[in-house]
Amino acid sequence: MTFSESFFAARFGIERRDLERYLSEALSQGGDYADLYFEYLATCMIGIDEGIVKSATQGVSLGVGVRVISGEKTGYAYSDDLSPEKILAAGRVAACIAHGPSKIEKTPLHDGPRRNLYPVITAPNDTAFADRVDLVKRAERAARAYDNRVFQVQASYADSLRHVLVATSDGVLNFDRQPMARLNVQALARQNGGAPQTGYSGGGGRIDLDFFLNEKTPEHFAREAARQAVVQLDAVEAPAGESVVVLGPGWPGVLLHEAVGHGLEADFNRKGTSAFTGRIGQQVASPLCTVVDDGTIGSRRGSLNVDDEGNQTQRNVLIENGILRGYLQDNLSSRLMGNAPTGNGRRESYEHIPMPRMTNTFMLAGESDPEEIIRSVPKGLYCANFGGGQVDITSGNFVFSASESYLIEDGKLTRPVKNATLIGNGPEALKYVSMVGNDLMLDEGVGVCGKQGQSIPVGVGIPTVRIDRMTVGGTA
Amino acid sequence: MSELLDIACQVVELARKAGATGAECTCSEGENFSVDIRLNEVETLTQSASRATGLRVMVGQFTGSSYTSDLTRDGLAKLVASAMELAAVTTEDPLAGLPDPQDLGSFQGDLDLFSDDIERLAPQERIEMALRAERTALEFDARITNSDGAGFSSFRGVHAFANSLQFAGEYRSSYCSISCVPVAKQGEKMERDYWSSSARGVAQLESPEQVGRIAAERTVRRLGAVKATTQKAPVIFEPRVARSFAGGLFDAIEGRAIYRDSSFLNGKLGQKIASSRTTLIDDGTMPRLFGSQPFDDEGVATRRTVVIRNGVLETYLLNTYAARKLGMRTTGNASRGITGNAGVGHGNFYLEPGERSPEDLIRSVANGFYVTELIGSGVNISTGDYSRGATGLWIENGKLTYPVSEVTIAGTLQEMLANLEPANDLEFRSSFAAPTLFVGEMTIGGK
Repeated sequence: MTFSESFFAARFGIERRDLERYLSEALSQGGDYADLYFEYLATCMIGIDEGIVKSATQGVSLGVGVRVISGEKTGYAYSDDLSPEKILAAGRVAACIAHGPSKIEKTPLHDGPRRNLYPVITAPNDTAFADRVDLVKRAERAARAYDNRVFQVQASYADSLRHVLVATSDGVLNFDRQPMARLNVQALARQNGGAPQTGYSGGGGRIDLDFFLNEKTPEHFAREAARQAVVQLDAVEAPAGESVVVLGPGWPGVLLHEAVGHGLEADFNRKGTSAFTGRIGQQVASPLCTVVDDGTIGSRRGSLNVDDEGNQTQRNVLIENGILRGYLQDNLSSRLMGNAPTGNGRRESYEHIPMPRMTNTFMLAGESDPEEIIRSVPKGLYCANFGGGQVDITSGNFVFSASESYLIEDGKLTRPVKNATLIGNGPEALKYVSMVGNDLMLDEGVGVCGKQGQSIPVGVGIPTVRIDRMTVGGTA
Repeated sequence: MSELLDIACQVVELARKAGATGAECTCSEGENFSVDIRLNEVETLTQSASRATGLRVMVGQFTGSSYTSDLTRDGLAKLVASAMELAAVTTEDPLAGLPDPQDLGSFQGDLDLFSDDIERLAPQERIEMALRAERTALEFDARITNSDGAGFSSFRGVHAFANSLQFAGEYRSSYCSISCVPVAKQGEKMERDYWSSSARGVAQLESPEQVGRIAAERTVRRLGAVKATTQKAPVIFEPRVARSFAGGLFDAIEGRAIYRDSSFLNGKLGQKIASSRTTLIDDGTMPRLFGSQPFDDEGVATRRTVVIRNGVLETYLLNTYAARKLGMRTTGNASRGITGNAGVGHGNFYLEPGERSPEDLIRSVANGFYVTELIGSGVNISTGDYSRGATGLWIENGKLTYPVSEVTIAGTLQEMLANLEPANDLEFRSSFAAPTLFVGEMTIGGK
């Protein structure tokens, strides 16, 4: 597909010379760099609760953001109106960050390289509503059918179709069509009049609706949510204090996202505010650990053909055999640090300035048999599933909450334990990794990452991993 | 009537013509300004305006909703068609619908939500305020070696709402804020903390110097933090942390958690669930505060509601739907953004102050933990289980001593409520508010 056939050219009649004119206006006060980000976003959400499809919403937002960079300064303005006058006005507002005569007269734009990591023919957002409503109805029935102790089920289906167009004063012109769909199920279970226990599950990606019919069905997610809720019914108090912790494969990779991922975002390191600042080449994890951020995995929730600054995403090695190798860059940080962009410049919407962000972050598989890892622990905690996490990138302290975990006693999983927060320190925690399993798994596609008020979809993954020391926030 | 309210009324009329038996439309527009500075230089400056509208339609007992940022004639026609299309695929719900007509209304009185002094402040003066905050922080202590920046942001906007029961209302609001995030270093270890001040107008803001100084004090006192040993000990929350505790209680008393039977407080109306010193209020009618608005997002007048009085749970907070589910009456707590159906929200949701000063509360603790920051999301409102990451200062013999970090605190909301003692230092800095709180003994997870 060429630019003239792209969404914004075809639907809104935007031409190359219009983009060049807007960029010139943005640079009229002497900025060093400018870019335009056009976004059209159509979304749909359907929710079932108590067996009733209570909510169904759809809508559209459209706008353009204009950014000007002058040295370390950024000016930004946006418009939800694509008329030339409004875009030029936004360009003039963003331009005010710079002071001086225009340095760049005109920018010839060249089509960037193209590929398609998510070859979805019919986006979920373009399918019949009845088919999408059916997914939540099926999920709700399956969760209730799983166990008669399940008394409350809520399921939601959400999809979006985003069209973006990026043009930069470096001459980059790129566009992308980004489909996304996700199904979530929450189940509540109770026995003998006790407290309700909750289980969550969900997944999706940059996929078509067939994914939910053939690969991961509503029943799959529903049974998983119900199973987790039921497991919790017999949970005992979690231990308090330091413990050996074994992470199960998949979603527990959120540990990497919090412990190292955020701390390696280039903006914090450029400013010297990350606990990982200045540590490239140093040992920050056990030699068993290799951690990558890869935005190029087909159909994944965290993947992108191009990032929100028009750069192709790539596979970036963050930690190689325990040694810190690199940071995640956006255009601003890579300009100022003299590094190549890594395809990690992302933003929530046209109303937001791009920042270095993760895509799909995971640890490569090791050699240990997962069973053997559990067998090696005389006393400890096995975490099969996590809720969310959070990190203070300056001190490096991070937490995440274990939503399904079990005591390990004499090398065997015994009783389930209540939800507990685990806490550690980023540059230290992974030094205690003593075994890495051969069972790398990526999560099923529900991750949302928040940074400075901007939420974006991401993926995580990890094989089974033994960590010899971590602090567990239980009461026992 | 403003143009925005006119649009809301037009949308409701278009929906009725399209066959909706009930409709409600929310419209918002606003202008944002924000400047972030770092190390004495402007880092980012953002300035923009936007508008959007959301619609909910009822066709009999079927609901559909839609939103758009396109407020042209064509855009509004599509908005209505989209919502009507979805009403055809949802399930009939006998309790869904607009509020009872007698509940509609607006708080009478000036809530003073808009101040025009922000727009009189030139961009250069706004930048200067952020610079002053950071400068104060950087000069406060030699160990403050870096900065994650300081900022000034502001907003002014209009919110309009109309429904097919003839309710039409609108209000203006404004907001401004100064914030500062210093970074301190001691040996190889860095720490950061922050402080911010927000208000409806510039005149009510704390001075940039005060924001910078408090941010710096908070950052420096974290240096040299150690990990406490694992133990049970009494815990005190400083006000910023106590606010988030109040926020956790909101999740447990909002109507949806009650009718879904997912809150540990379900079925506890009229029962003593907290210490007698505990009184919890929701008040959407307090002038200038961030939780105030004249009507909720279904067009019901906001009000003051006592949720817990002297430890006894008196009511839940409800929107129309939750009230119908529970056989109660709405408390004017419907809340929605532009998209979707109304959920339950809060006004100014706060714990009333007690008698003793924070110093007195601390003095009464021989060995305990004064918590200044919590991270993570470990509050389970179904079971009351509580487990979060914590940072703070250790209390020895009634005095704050050395800093502690990388530990967890765990217990249950039930026990924390039973032991609650609020101090007398209540301040309203956001729509959740609480004074310093003694929460009783908890398990501290450390080394």
